[in-house]
Amino acid sequence: MRSVISILDLSVEDLEELISTANGIIDDPAKYAHKCDGKKLATLFFEPSTRTRLSFEAAMYELGGNVISVSSADSSSAAKGESVADTAKTVSCYADIIAMRHPKEGAPLVASLNAGVPVINAGDGGHNHPTQTLADLLTIRREKGRFDNLTVGFCGDLKFGRTVHSLISALSRYSGIRFVLISPEELKLPSYIKKDVIQKNNLEYIQTAEFESVIPTLDILYMTRVQRERFFNEEDYLRLKDSYILTPEKLKRAKKDLCIMHPLPRVNEISVAVDDDPRACYFKQVLYGKYMRMALILKLLEVK
Amino acid sequence: MNIDSIKNGIVIDHIVAGKGMDIYKLLKLDRLDCSVAIIKNVTSRKMGKKDIIKVDDTIEIDVDVLGYVDPGVTIDVIRNGVLVEKRKVKLPSTLTNVIKCKNPRCITSVEQELPHIFKLTGSGDNQVYRCAYCETKAE
Repeated sequence: MRSVISILDLSVEDLEELISTANGIIDDPAKYAHKCDGKKLATLFFEPSTRTRLSFEAAMYELGGNVISVSSADSSSAAKGESVADTAKTVSCYADIIAMRHPKEGAPLVASLNAGVPVINAGDGGHNHPTQTLADLLTIRREKGRFDNLTVGFCGDLKFGRTVHSLISALSRYSGIRFVLISPEELKLPSYIKKDVIQKNNLEYIQTAEFESVIPTLDILYMTRVQRERFFNEEDYLRLKDSYILTPEKLKRAKKDLCIMHPLPRVNEISVAVDDDPRACYFKQVLYGKYMRMALILKLLEVK
Repeated sequence: MNIDSIKNGIVIDHIVAGKGMDIYKLLKLDRLDCSVAIIKNVTSRKMGKKDIIKVDDTIEIDVDVLGYVDPGVTIDVIRNGVLVEKRKVKLPSTLTNVIKCKNPRCITSVEQELPHIFKLTGSGDNQVYRCAYCETKAE
């Protein structure tokens, strides 16, 4: 029995298998419509989320399975002080697989060590969000056709942005990747990720606070939201939230085949006017997320 | 200053000067009934000054704690007045309940009964301990 807590729990071979399954689902969804008949997914969301929870639930329904759900900490035994370990043991009696989001970092790992069924980390604080990375990887593969030899720009909150950390870790396993890290000083990528991930894999990177001048060099631009919930101090949030906003004007010098991504939800960091640009891939990314979650559920449940 | 030589016991040698008392506390040597000597600021050719702890009993030492606090120490085991074993400690791959995670966002900050587990990551001079749950670097 296997769980996925970090994107690094999946090998490059695992990722290829998941992408192949997801592409198979996109090509012929009917073939997969009853693969999970009689199986139940428990979505335990102790932190607000719309798209990730709905994506997991839609994924399970489209595989023919059922869903049982906790949608906030207030409506669960966690409000009575139940530990994550006990919750995981209890829910294992009802469900075949668990998807957990929790505000505390490491909570899904604790769940996986105690559950009798596979646990998927659906986001733990500012730490990991592996299924968002799976959505990102399928988007990159379908839009660019490869994972190697790409210049990937990350813009916005690179300090607290867990999707950024996970995607950098995943892409660092491929050759010829060059990272352009665009952020204000206060939201720079943590040094341990630079040291332990980027430098360890001998990958090229630049750090800059300048947005517009680097856009023409990029194959992929990954925008992020400056998240209010990651700040202890409201003043810091208000000062930094509008640091970088992508507009059609800024995209004039960008490559014709640039792939613009965003884990969503956005606030105002991508102007709505960019949505009509054929290079905007962020809504496709949402759809691809569902297919990759379907592929992951199939893999962890060992359904052929 | 004279400290009697040990017949059966252990000597924790090459302790960085000033760390002897920390090691005494961490290894809970105050709970032992036998004689224990902490010798501070002993002249050392290699280290300039060092601390030494002598324990007049062959107790089991928590090598993980020792490796984390001072990876340069050596443990000499003495039986019948003869040095029978000389152990070098190294940084342990896992530390359990030796240090606590200080990240307020970590699950261990709210679930007190969870063991505080740290794993050794990186290589060479870049080796650091990170919380097994949230990956925050140990302070």
